[in-house]
Amino acid sequence: MVKKEMIAMLLAGGQGSRLGVLTSKVAKPAVSFGSKYRIIDFPLSNCINSGVDTVGVLTQYQPLRLNTHIGIGIPWDLDRNIGGVTVLPPYEKSTNSEWYTGTANAIYQNIGYMESFNPDYVLILSGDHIYKMDYEVMLDFHKQNNAEVTIAVMPVPMEEAKRFGIMITDENRKITDFEEKPENPRSNLASMGIYIFNWKTLREALLANAEQPGLDFGKHIIPYCHKNGAPLYAYEFNGYWKDVGTLNSYWEANMELIDIVPEFNLYEEYWKIYTRCEILPPQYLASSSFVERSIIGEGAEIYGKVYNSVIGCGVVIGEGTVVRDSIIMNSSVIGKNCELNKAIIAENVEIQDYVKLGIGEEAENDTAPHIYNHGIVTVGEKSVIPQGITVGKNSVVFGVTSAADYENGSLPSGRTLIKAGEEQ
Amino acid sequence: MRAIGIILAGGNNHRIKELTQKRAVCAMPIAGSYRSIDFALSNMSNSHINKVAVFTQYNAGSLNEHLSSSKWWDFGRKQGGLYVFTPAVTAESNAWYRGTADAIAQNLSFLKNSHEPYVVISSGDCVYKMDYNKLLEYHIDKKADITVVCKDMAPDINVERFGTVKMNEECRIEEFEEKPVIAKSNTISCGIYVVRRRQLIEMIERCAAEDRYDFVKDILIRYKDMKRIYGYKIKEYWSNIATVDDYFKTNMDFLQPDIRNYFFKEYPDIYSKVDDNPPAKYNVGAKIKNSLISSGCIVNGTVEDSVIFKKTYVGNNCYIKNSIILNDVYIGDNTHIENCIVESRGTIRANSYYKGENGIEIVVEHNDRYVI
Repeated sequence: MVKKEMIAMLLAGGQGSRLGVLTSKVAKPAVSFGSKYRIIDFPLSNCINSGVDTVGVLTQYQPLRLNTHIGIGIPWDLDRNIGGVTVLPPYEKSTNSEWYTGTANAIYQNIGYMESFNPDYVLILSGDHIYKMDYEVMLDFHKQNNAEVTIAVMPVPMEEAKRFGIMITDENRKITDFEEKPENPRSNLASMGIYIFNWKTLREALLANAEQPGLDFGKHIIPYCHKNGAPLYAYEFNGYWKDVGTLNSYWEANMELIDIVPEFNLYEEYWKIYTRCEILPPQYLASSSFVERSIIGEGAEIYGKVYNSVIGCGVVIGEGTVVRDSIIMNSSVIGKNCELNKAIIAENVEIQDYVKLGIGEEAENDTAPHIYNHGIVTVGEKSVIPQGITVGKNSVVFGVTSAADYENGSLPSGRTLIKAGEEQ
Repeated sequence: MRAIGIILAGGNNHRIKELTQKRAVCAMPIAGSYRSIDFALSNMSNSHINKVAVFTQYNAGSLNEHLSSSKWWDFGRKQGGLYVFTPAVTAESNAWYRGTADAIAQNLSFLKNSHEPYVVISSGDCVYKMDYNKLLEYHIDKKADITVVCKDMAPDINVERFGTVKMNEECRIEEFEEKPVIAKSNTISCGIYVVRRRQLIEMIERCAAEDRYDFVKDILIRYKDMKRIYGYKIKEYWSNIATVDDYFKTNMDFLQPDIRNYFFKEYPDIYSKVDDNPPAKYNVGAKIKNSLISSGCIVNGTVEDSVIFKKTYVGNNCYIKNSIILNDVYIGDNTHIENCIVESRGTIRANSYYKGENGIEIVVEHNDRYVI
């Protein structure tokens, strides 16, 4: 009989709407990060590096890119005879067909998948954080304490604690109470959304709460287990862990990679991050180029100047162009004599010659100021910006635009240009 | 598919000096991200030849490591796949491969157990892109017994280390000389052949019975008047890396935009084993001009007109010019390297000075590995 000690369930169905146009056609876990990677590469690589070789990936929102990226799991060595990676979308049933309505509801709908591996423990992960973590150590902690549920937590500054789910523990790290986004937090241990459950406990809790609308781990399952007296423990994690939920935190986390010795080190030999990347050749830096404090992916061709930036695979940057403090994702082409300041350029974008991005005074974004802020210019995937256009700060461009879409050849700060009809 | 593939990857070559002390010529790193054999393997795969044998002997370990999984070239198949043959002791034979024909003879069952009508043979030390289907069509069209891929070399190139051919106006090969002292023709054989499978089995068996071992000398040259041997001329890029100068030049060719586009951007791609290195990183002080930089490199100094392979660290205030740095080299601060090929997995101490004065110098350092 098939037996896996611990299997992982990776929640990758969310949109991540605070990433604006970056996630209008792809799920957040499939968004590029750190030049050649995608966000989901981090939890997937952690799984295989921790010896977890059975991973169910729960998808729902815009799964195409995610599905092609994961494939049969070859880049992570998750193509296995038994186990490996399985993509689990919502599916039709003879009764009660529904979308995944909450994190725990998604897991509930895949009880059959989990049961087929006869696991002792189930690891619940989310596909939208950047970190390296050995889940095996967490499992050891779980076993040592005879816990039924272990929640990974990390200490955060007290003033930020009110943004998180907070765990209150005794001196043995046993959880005595928890509060969701409390006004006056009693502890600074924030839940990272990483759980280890005893399979029996999880199964029982899911079945008991099956009727709960929007069944959620933080809101329903954990409180249910706690109420029933299951021992809950908090596993403290002190490494690098970054939520890249907003455009600004996404931009910052990328920029941290270009420090001389980054806090999050991708160059470690023994905890590699794996990804699928079809582009293999080396990058070419021309005589006219200058690159400083930047990381650049395979197959890029740089003819211009690049400062403090994260450049993806297969990107071309034309002669005379200056790129500063920007993120350019795979296969985008930047023309000649352009100027890019604090821009996030998604994949397969074409920016023609003499385009200037991030120019002028900041102004609040007219459509979604809570998304587009901090002076960042965001350009959605497969967009085209025609020659000679100037774009201000906190602005957004998405779609194949032509000169007629810009008044006087410019898009002022704070303006949004999303071309209707281009959405597919 | 109508053909199976054979890649001859067994040879050593003293003309490439120290660089093959630890690897086969066919495992030589090329163009930052590849190894020599990737080109023949990718061509096979892209031409839908899905059963391929690699014959390897000298320093076979390096090649076996590279070929440890066949999935990167899409050979992980139920039908066909990649077969690596090293010499083995059997009931009939305990000899090494005494030549290319002998290598095939010792593994004749591979040919006999296939059903495809044709065999495409390529050497593994050539850098080129080719659709073998076109070659095959030509072969069938000419009703040839053997077709040899040929290329006209520039008049200033010394062809004495190649096989040279002379063809008539129908492209039938009339003269074939192996490594002539004075070449009568500037058309060379590229080491790529098509033969009918049964024909090949017959010729190899007869060769073996006469204790002859070399495919070129004992088959191509001996049979040239008896069999219909045709030349298939190519104009595209083709380069052999079996001398230090050619190896150096082939790598440097990739600094030219048209050659880079031809190999890197034009469909189909060249595949290689995936290494999972992080992106290359440029710190303050990095100054790169006209160079190829591979994944996993960290650059703090100046690099000009060079090819830097994977995972190389270039220290502060270094100056690297017109050089090739192979995989995983640590270069200490204030080092000057000019006109050199630096062997892989080396550590160059800080403040070193290397300059190839008369041609290309090969730098092999055995210092303790400095680990970042």
